[in-house]
Amino acid sequence: MSTMTINLKVWRQKNTADSGGFQDYKLNGVSEHMSFLEMLDVLNEQLIKEGKDPVEFDHDCREGICGSCNMVINGRAHGPKRLTAACQLHMREYSDGDTIVIEPPRAKAFPIIRDLVVDRSAFDRIIEAGGYVSVKTGAAPEANLIPVEQDVSNTAFDYATCIGCGACVAACPNSSASLFTGAKVAHLNSLPQGEPERKRRTVAMVEQMEKEGFGDCSNYAECEAVCPVGISISSIAKMRKDYVKAVFS
Amino acid sequence: MKLDPKVPSGPLESKWSNYLRDVKLVSPNNKRKYKIIVVGTGLAGASAAASLAELGYEVETFTILDSARRAHSIAAQGGINAAKNYQNDGDSVWRLFYDTIKGGDYRSREANVYRLAENSNRIIDQAVAQGVPFGREYGGLLDNRSFGGAQVSRTFYSRGQTGQQLLLGAYQAMMRMVHTGKIKSYTRHEMLDLVVVDGVARGIITRDLVSGEIKRHEAHAVVLCTGGYGNVFYLSTNAKNSNVTAAWRCHKRGATFANPCFVQIHPTCIPVSGDYQSKLTLMSESLRNDGRVWVPRKKNDDRHPNDIPEDERYYYLEERYPSFGNLVPRDVASRNAKLVTDEGLGVGDSGLAVYLDFRDAIKRDGEETIRARYGNLFDMYENISDENPYKQPMRIFPAVHYTMGGLWVDYDLMSNIPGLFVAGEANFSDHGANRLGASALMQGLSDGYFIIPYTMGSYLADADLPNVDTDHDAFKEAADDSKNQLDRLLNINGNKTVIEFHRELGKIMWDKVGISRSKEGLEEAISEIRALREDFWQNVRVPGEANYYNKYLEFAARVADYFELAELMAIDAIDRGESCGCHLRDEYQTEEGEAIRNDKDFAFVSAYEYLGVNGKLETKLHKEDLNFEFVELKQRSYK
Ligand code: FES
Repeated sequence: MSTMTINLKVWRQKNTADSGGFQDYKLNGVSEHMSFLEMLDVLNEQLIKEGKDPVEFDHDCREGICGSCNMVINGRAHGPKRLTAACQLHMREYSDGDTIVIEPPRAKAFPIIRDLVVDRSAFDRIIEAGGYVSVKTGAAPEANLIPVEQDVSNTAFDYATCIGCGACVAACPNSSASLFTGAKVAHLNSLPQGEPERKRRTVAMVEQMEKEGFGDCSNYAECEAVCPVGISISSIAKMRKDYVKAVFS
Repeated sequence: MKLDPKVPSGPLESKWSNYLRDVKLVSPNNKRKYKIIVVGTGLAGASAAASLAELGYEVETFTILDSARRAHSIAAQGGINAAKNYQNDGDSVWRLFYDTIKGGDYRSREANVYRLAENSNRIIDQAVAQGVPFGREYGGLLDNRSFGGAQVSRTFYSRGQTGQQLLLGAYQAMMRMVHTGKIKSYTRHEMLDLVVVDGVARGIITRDLVSGEIKRHEAHAVVLCTGGYGNVFYLSTNAKNSNVTAAWRCHKRGATFANPCFVQIHPTCIPVSGDYQSKLTLMSESLRNDGRVWVPRKKNDDRHPNDIPEDERYYYLEERYPSFGNLVPRDVASRNAKLVTDEGLGVGDSGLAVYLDFRDAIKRDGEETIRARYGNLFDMYENISDENPYKQPMRIFPAVHYTMGGLWVDYDLMSNIPGLFVAGEANFSDHGANRLGASALMQGLSDGYFIIPYTMGSYLADADLPNVDTDHDAFKEAADDSKNQLDRLLNINGNKTVIEFHRELGKIMWDKVGISRSKEGLEEAISEIRALREDFWQNVRVPGEANYYNKYLEFAARVADYFELAELMAIDAIDRGESCGCHLRDEYQTEEGEAIRNDKDFAFVSAYEYLGVNGKLETKLHKEDLNFEFVELKQRSYK
């Protein structure tokens, strides 16, 4: 099996206050079957052996479902492959001698903690503001009491698959969190269970998003292009429509 | 020590309702005076935290991840069982109970399992009301599928992402209570110790993973929902941060650890591709509904699988188990994959894989039908392996997936340390020696939504809990222990990385404490684990410092605990001189390789008390006898 040599340019930053900068590394023996994160594991093993600090990056499931990983690879959130989170990327996308630039997602609302690790707690606060149906444990009616049209349920599901990684924010020239927020608004607002709180939810979540310092949406649609699970920007349209209805009715 | 399961008396069907009828309540005014710590915010933790906060308790939640939404529950693909009987196919609470206890090979408590089946229906109601988008039929009602060889269709699903959708439901319920101020959520905080004051759980020690600060948190009760310990094998389908540390530290403070050797190995995972492999990816076992499992009959057959003629293919599951064929339970499928690869019939570069072939299903039903059924899984496989499963068989191999063992709990889900509750995969309670498909989500949510909220009240109503504050000696001692351990790890400065040690430990576990076990192999494993543990404490190299974000320091402390747990697992596997569920001892099988369970001598829960590590792990076995009053014990047979 042939292996590759990869040149890496990785953002290193000690903490939020540090100004940070790129560091160059050369990595030999990279197999095309390695995942992108496994390639970083190999780099880290090398750094540790050399007595240097390894590169910190968020990761957990390594199969594209938890939303932990969110690095920007050669200027693109999650790297070159459509509908693929960084952890699902394989080194076969690259060739011997390639240079790969890796940096954290950059946004005012996502302060850098260390290296590629950022603080995305703003997303939690947006959900906290209204991203739920207020139903206490035990208060739920029988599950089949309210039929939901299959199409409606499928649409809600499509929005509900957002993994909360923040790639949309990283890709947006305005650092807007509209795709993230819109996905949750559209998920819950599509369903009969979400109907009673539709207005309150939409307004609260949109206002929280602004408060967190995310920018406005100017319809660049860069977010949709990088979203690893393919959330559609129709969610943003739905959020806007529901917002306008809520505010002007 | 006497382990009292505290199962209510009376007929099986009324134990839980009697319990609820008689349970002591805490008055609404008093609830707000109680603080409850919930560690881990996956399905069990998030649902427990939300429900307790709704009742009026003051709740603090802790997760090692940056958001509760990322807990490993999110990765569950298949679905969640419930005894709704929407399909009118004869399902019932009894049948779900029976299938679960039989699937667990009669090594779980009847009363707990029955309650789980009873709660199953309410979980679906709750999730639907939260907006969880389950699959539906054209008429708008909920759809079900049959899963894991069940004879009824009782599995509810959200495409292949049921765990994600259920977790988001529980997470959102939890965030709603964060908004009201009833929950204070700590993210990127790792529990490093349990604080026990006068024999009662009164708090925890955490490390703030961003600043490195060691913090003390007091409470009236602690609920541990920190998942399973499959990552002791290094390679597993568990997420990279899943770990045993919180549970193990409770064990070291006196909580008994039950059935540690019961580990489920999932048969349909994508095989290892190289030394750098960091985790394994599971593919839903629904694939076995249409895929046929085979290996070449000839050893070292290096022909392309498509060039191997029919009569030279060994469809070993179909041949050995004519009535169940490719749909035998997970443990049987995994064990047989190991047997054929041990015989040298494995495929792929490593020889550690078997084929799962859809050729005949595609011929029969057409590629479009197969795509509609499994498109996502096929894409996932192709993305990882770079091979097209529509054109050639998949290569699969078993991987560690779920741990049935965990901290011992009574009927109230309380450990033997008063005030320490354990829920979800972290406890040992409901799955016996083998967990059925689509029942992990059910158990996590049953524990969190519908058991802990009641049993917590029962505990607090009766408990005498004087005020303690975090200056108490017990807090100081535990905080110092945590800090000292981290300093010790950082100061070794040896020449081998944490990952290298972990990988070596995992290999010992996989080879000797894995799919099949023998006394001889287990004894070897124990001495190898001890030697490697010694080496770890002499030679590990942990980079950086403790006062900032340092993932490899986190890993190091977790691996240190795995080294102790690993030995306990091997000890338990030796102690259990029978084959049951996922635990197969080579000495206890028929000539055809079928497990021989021994109900006369082993119908008990093994619960170990920690006595210390001194070169070797010192431990004491306690037994909780399992009395089967309502079901008749039968040998499983899938022939
Ligand atoms: S690590 Fe979970 S999505 Fe990438």
